[in-house]
Amino acid sequence: MRVPILKQGGYLIASIQSALSDEDLLQLQDDLAAQVGKFRSRGAIVDVTVLDVMDSFAVRTLRAIAHMIRLRGAQTVIVGIQPEVAFAMVQLGLTLEDVATALDLEEGLAYLDRWIRPGAHVR
Amino acid sequence: MSQSQKNAQRRAKDAPPTPSSESTVALLRELVAHLRQNRTQLREEWARRITESQLLTAMTREEIFAEATSVYDNYVEVLETGSVEALQAYARNLSERIIPRGVETHEVLGIVLLLRDVLARSLFKKYQGDFALLNSVLDAYEPAANRIANTVAVGFVQERERIIRQQQEAIRELSTPVLQVRDRLLILPIIGVIDPQRARQLTEQLLRGIRANRAKVVVVDITGVPSVDATVANHLVQTVDASRLMGANVIVTGLSSEIAQTLVTIGVDLGKINAVGDLQGGIEEAERLLGYKVILTVAGEVEKEA
Repeated sequence: MRVPILKQGGYLIASIQSALSDEDLLQLQDDLAAQVGKFRSRGAIVDVTVLDVMDSFAVRTLRAIAHMIRLRGAQTVIVGIQPEVAFAMVQLGLTLEDVATALDLEEGLAYLDRWIRPGAHVR
Repeated sequence: MSQSQKNAQRRAKDAPPTPSSESTVALLRELVAHLRQNRTQLREEWARRITESQLLTAMTREEIFAEATSVYDNYVEVLETGSVEALQAYARNLSERIIPRGVETHEVLGIVLLLRDVLARSLFKKYQGDFALLNSVLDAYEPAANRIANTVAVGFVQERERIIRQQQEAIRELSTPVLQVRDRLLILPIIGVIDPQRARQLTEQLLRGIRANRAKVVVVDITGVPSVDATVANHLVQTVDASRLMGANVIVTGLSSEIAQTLVTIGVDLGKINAVGDLQGGIEEAERLLGYKVILTVAGEVEKEA
């Protein structure tokens, strides 16, 4: 299933609706990278609330998305990682070190607001 | 001597009787009649022996006698019916009552074995004239008595284990409170030894707490933790990482010098851990991160009252 990407002001929101295959993830990567340029977005949010499992490929792809979007001049936040998923990821050593994460969509938006406002430094 | 007893005698010589065989049943019936007849005297003898051996010191003489009576009656009933269910229930009930009073396993086992001894002696006395008959009576009595002793002991131990499990559960639940001190700020005070199982549970509760309270900052206070091993230290780091994935910052406070040394020895990536000396410092740091500012008014309530 293709992940819908919503435009919300200067941000893009990719809201994952169901478990994703590897192809879906790569598709999401392409779509987001393309749309960040198209809409001149300053930030992107990937909402993974519905995912109750994340394998290493998914984490790697999310990380690649974040890096790509940064190179396109925007900031990415991954939101909605569930407690069980978070712990499983850490045990597998998949800690998404250089990628911003937030509790949920609201927090993600607040984070981007802070990041984009000049002088903001709180993570 | 009755016909059935003669048969029993003959059979007892050929082969050891099974518990269900007719002769055994007949013998047991006779045994039961004997025990019923001498109930008062045997019961008293038993209670006397219990006091003599200084068992059940936590109970009064009257209580011992009352319990002895019920155990005795149950005992006779098992011999009669061959069904241990009632005794099992009674043993469980008895254990429930006496465990909180500090009665030990050896005492319970001791009194049951004493009763066995008292009854056996009375049998010896009764049948001492006829050795063959005594033999077959014991053949019937011993397995049943063993079974009873076994049932009571197992019932007692099982009850103890149940209590231990219950307490473990209670300790586990009590030991990991996740508390909200301000909006979006949680504290997790950890007290006592952390084993891998508890570490896992702590992490689970913390991550759930982060989601439930929408926390942004968590202060984990380990002042009350005497030491950690490498597994637990790694687990702590994993907890910090997992919390970050959920969008929360973790501040660790109260690291003792011993724990600090362990963390350095196992080579934990210190860049990941935000450590502050004590809980107060940790909460202040958390407030700073969240943008709170605590102001001391000129005269607080306590000052005014004093």
